[in-house]
Amino acid sequence: MTKHFKSMLVTTAVSTLLAFGAVAEEPVRGGTLIHAMTQTPRHLNPAVQSGIATGAPGTQLFAAPLRYDEDWTPQPYLAESWEWSEDGTQMTLKLVQGATFHDGEPITSEDVAFSVEVVKENHPFKTMFAPVTSVDTPDEHTAVLNLSQPHPALLLAMSSQLLPIIPKHIYGDGEDVKTHPRNSENVVGSGPFKLVEFKPDQHVIVERYDDFFMDGRPYLDKIVYRIIKDASSRAIGLENGELHMSTFENTVRNLKRMSENENLTVTPEGYAAVGPLNWLAFNVGSDGPLADKRVRQAIAYAIDKNFILNAIMLGLSEDAKTGIHPGSPLYNPDVNGYDLDVDKANALLDEAGYERGADGTRFSLTIDHGNPTTKPQAEFTKAALSKVGIDVTVNSYVDFPTWAQKISNHNFDMTWDTVFNWGDPVIGVHRTYSSDNIKPGVIWSNTQQYSNPKIDALMEEAGREIDPEKRRAMYNEFQEILAEDLPVYWTNTVPYHTVYSNEVGNPPLGIWASGSPYDLVYLKQ
Amino acid sequence: MALLMTILQRLAYAALLLIAVLVLNFSMMNLAPGDVADTIAASMGGADAEVMAQIRAEYGLDQPFLVQLANYIGRVLTFDLGYSYFYNQPVTKLIFERLPATLLLVITAQLLALIVGVLLGVFSARHPNGIANYFVTLLALFGYAAPVFWTGILLLIAFSLKIPLFPVGGMIDVTVEDNFFAKAVDIAHHMVLPVITLGSIFLALYSRLCRASMLEVLGSDYIRTAKAKGLTQREITLKHALKNALPPVVTLAGLQFSAVISGAVLVETVFSWPGLGQLALTSILARDTPTILGILFFSALVVVVGNLLTDMVLRAIDPRVRGRA
Repeated sequence: MTKHFKSMLVTTAVSTLLAFGAVAEEPVRGGTLIHAMTQTPRHLNPAVQSGIATGAPGTQLFAAPLRYDEDWTPQPYLAESWEWSEDGTQMTLKLVQGATFHDGEPITSEDVAFSVEVVKENHPFKTMFAPVTSVDTPDEHTAVLNLSQPHPALLLAMSSQLLPIIPKHIYGDGEDVKTHPRNSENVVGSGPFKLVEFKPDQHVIVERYDDFFMDGRPYLDKIVYRIIKDASSRAIGLENGELHMSTFENTVRNLKRMSENENLTVTPEGYAAVGPLNWLAFNVGSDGPLADKRVRQAIAYAIDKNFILNAIMLGLSEDAKTGIHPGSPLYNPDVNGYDLDVDKANALLDEAGYERGADGTRFSLTIDHGNPTTKPQAEFTKAALSKVGIDVTVNSYVDFPTWAQKISNHNFDMTWDTVFNWGDPVIGVHRTYSSDNIKPGVIWSNTQQYSNPKIDALMEEAGREIDPEKRRAMYNEFQEILAEDLPVYWTNTVPYHTVYSNEVGNPPLGIWASGSPYDLVYLKQ
Repeated sequence: MALLMTILQRLAYAALLLIAVLVLNFSMMNLAPGDVADTIAASMGGADAEVMAQIRAEYGLDQPFLVQLANYIGRVLTFDLGYSYFYNQPVTKLIFERLPATLLLVITAQLLALIVGVLLGVFSARHPNGIANYFVTLLALFGYAAPVFWTGILLLIAFSLKIPLFPVGGMIDVTVEDNFFAKAVDIAHHMVLPVITLGSIFLALYSRLCRASMLEVLGSDYIRTAKAKGLTQREITLKHALKNALPPVVTLAGLQFSAVISGAVLVETVFSWPGLGQLALTSILARDTPTILGILFFSALVVVVGNLLTDMVLRAIDPRVRGRA
């Protein structure tokens, strides 16, 4: 009892200290943040354009109903409260009072209903709002989303760039929202910053919206997003102080060098919901040896994951054992991770009936890669598999569409790939394993052609389960079965890092990286 | 009259050539696997089959090849280069928006390289065995052999990081005040490193060619005659030798000017210069066919016009060409 009390005292003392620490660092108002971007956005409206290029400026221009802290806990944003109905088929949002768009018009529940409709209609992630049947607007500040079934993924789908609240009086004019001219010019948003100028391949400039609905925010006067496609140029700009911050940096050698610079902080924090993974995908549906799960397991055992993590990624990437990102609360770290075991690999291949031939070779496979960052893994795989008698030919594709056509039409043996989780598994994980999603011609569908009724059923149930503990148990089982079936051999998280100067306060280290509102970010001094 | 006929004839050839370029480019783009629907889907992080079909229908990609080709040629003949899939803007507008930045960069680099290259070439031809000559040769070989992106990054490390004199990229600093003089100075400041990088390749070509050409001329009989007449070394070099050594250099410069876009792609990427090169790269990676075709067509146009102009300049500086028509 006393012991418990003591530890409580210590905890209180520590949190008091922490609180004081926070007080010492009082945010400062003003200043222009110079932020690097790695690619140019097509336009700035995340309602009809997914991806990180539109997401970074898009989340400054448009507010979502919810935002998330580092612990995956939803926080009020444009919605001051949100409530599930008893059976989980109704979500009631109460909007903050007095919020306005950048043209001064009030943000109402009508706009929320309109935004949900536009996203549902046009956004590529159909699973986000598929169960939404209608949105009621009993009053200006209340929006009720009616669902055909319980849908816990809705919460994450209402955060970050996934549900930007866009003005109905602008985008509801009958023009197609996907190609609406106001997506890149005269953008009228709902977020902390308003658009000053967007020049493709050059910059996006946003400035503080003085009537932002959260008092006293944002702290920054302006954010200048400079589009610099060359990774080395960005690194030099960060090192010489010309840039304050860059996100989604994954050139490991540059990251190593920058982390030695005392003016810079290099951190992998902030990408948990983005959930970027590298994996080796198998064409399970092909006639070849890969249809046999023992062969797939043998390949996983033959590849030394530590080499990938430490030699290729220079220790900047995390071990990922399943298709759910290790930063997610649903990640199951207890599944088989396929540590290097060449004997076991050989035994499994023998057992599967692929004896070594006279020249020591069992069979030949090809490995494709489209993203240049996975080239070292592809070459390493060739070397590793030759030790167990599998002859591998590496095909490199400089150009994305060529690779995508080949993979999405199931015309491959193995490929290294980079795929994002996008928050809830329903949004970005199910698509890889669902047998309903074997769709020729569509990249990042179930291109492995993997089909397991048990997995289909688990996804179906977990997608509807509102009890977090039960849901977690279902996803644990889901990950165990997949780790056994191994349609994909997951190896590591993509080493995305945020690099920021010591002048930056409150960098975006939540779960959505630069796809979070920057209303709290400030420049010191 | 003969001149007019020549020009008309050349223009007719040029028109035929441009149409051939159009057909060839369009066919080649169609041969490549994959299309813009794939890249749009990729930039969105994946899409379903319905969305993909919708995108293809929107851009007319579901039509037969010959129909697409006929539509395209028809539109280009009315000076409509189409609509960019990626940027959602008319291609002509995109090209003309980016053109000034590229022209500024390429023309500055070219002129600088031409002047310095000719001077260095003349100098080293005059002293073919001096130490300075070896220095020029070395510089030229280095400039020619070093990959552009490598030179660019090296210059950035040296003069942007170690000795922070120049910005790391871009064309203007958005925080600079809005008056013409301040902007001009700012752009010039941003231009220094990319111009040196791009100029280094051209410099090598011009100085080597000018040197070789000068050496050949300096060995000819009329130079000996000039010397015998008692002309000064300076007069011989400038009036007699250089004038005769220049035509090959001008021809090369004309060809190089035509390569506006190809030369600038890498430099523009390293220095984030917002020109046609970056537009070309983005649209190739995005499989933005109308923009790629537009840029290719535009480049072909520049090559054709560039060649015509070179011919004219050669006529002006070399009377021998005039006789040949």
